[in-house]
Amino acid sequence: MDKKIFTDPFFRKNPITVLVLGICSSLAVTVKLEPAIVMALSVTLVTGFSNLIMSLLRNTIPNRIRIIVQLVVVAMLVILVDQILKAYSYQVSKQLSVFVGLIITNCIIMGRIEAFALGNKPLPSLVDGLANGMGYGMILVAIAFIREFFGSGTLFGIQIIPLDWYVKNGGFYENNGLMILPPMALIIVGLIIWIQRSYQKELVEE
Amino acid sequence: MQDLLSLFVKSIFVENMIFAYFLGMCSYLAVSKTVKTATGLGIAVIFVLGVTLPINYLLNKYVLTPGSLAWLSSDFADLDLSFLSFIVFIAVVASITQLVEMVVEKFSPSLYNSLGIFLPLIAVNCAILGGSLFMQERGYETLSEAVVYALGSGIGWFLAIVSLAAIREKLKYSNVPKPLRGLGITFIMVGLMGIAFMSFMGIKL
Repeated sequence: MDKKIFTDPFFRKNPITVLVLGICSSLAVTVKLEPAIVMALSVTLVTGFSNLIMSLLRNTIPNRIRIIVQLVVVAMLVILVDQILKAYSYQVSKQLSVFVGLIITNCIIMGRIEAFALGNKPLPSLVDGLANGMGYGMILVAIAFIREFFGSGTLFGIQIIPLDWYVKNGGFYENNGLMILPPMALIIVGLIIWIQRSYQKELVEE
Repeated sequence: MQDLLSLFVKSIFVENMIFAYFLGMCSYLAVSKTVKTATGLGIAVIFVLGVTLPINYLLNKYVLTPGSLAWLSSDFADLDLSFLSFIVFIAVVASITQLVEMVVEKFSPSLYNSLGIFLPLIAVNCAILGGSLFMQERGYETLSEAVVYALGSGIGWFLAIVSLAAIREKLKYSNVPKPLRGLGITFIMVGLMGIAFMSFMGIKL
């Protein structure tokens, strides 16, 4: 099996910064690290297994009805994830609210099924799905790290910046409230893209 | 009546699908290169949202919420089907999208060609499913509320994509740093537009 299937989704073909897939439901969950990691894990599992199932079924599904079949398979996996989250970590499930359901329409999943799973054997498809989920999760965690650290001064809810530093305790520091706001997530992605493309010149658009 | 009006304004500006929740980002970024195609996609989204959300509202009220099947027979009074809502909603969205695709292909082939792959992709546009899920989570009480919310968020999405397309058309003539061209600058611009839209958040309706 080609090693590139696993490594490409992390940098050269990252689903968020290069393929522009799956931005839809992800940016709103990056205010804090914990929901971002739960979201990344859920998406990784769903992409991996939907790729595997669709790859197993790929020769039996007529081309015309494949979208409906894909949606049913993905919806089933997402319902499983949603019920598991509700059972074992209800707080995070509340924080993610509708965004768990929106994994169904996350373009990464449909995109990878269409582009990879329908034309490849089950094992490479599983690897491709998991790697894409992880590449997506990597960006998600990076954004959440920046936003939580500068926006709330915490990581995983634990205070990192010493409390004496804050202005209200006689110090000099203040949290950057802008980081909590949704538009900052987009601007951070824009900056990540800028950094990545400065190093990988072949991605630059004219 | 006043409630409906404030819900309408709120769903267009204060809780804009794009700038407050990032829903429908994929097609938003990909189809916003020219104003003409952006307008076409925007109208298609308003239409699909306006049709699917009321249907999903009725399904949610009479089939999915716990105990809602009581109208059928008293045996079903304590049945809870709410775990099925994702699959029901997405099935409705997918079939309505198929319908819209056939109608557009028949009556406006030029629009059909310019929308290309993105018309079927409305089925997986998060704004559509997101509208239904928000409707369920916030528990809108009447059908008219659901219709107004659907139209409002559709129009909000339409405004957002048309204004981004207009900015991108102008942007062709400016000197952006090379690695930032295309995707990067678009993200940053959407972020700035989002900050501008946040000024509506202070409005209490």
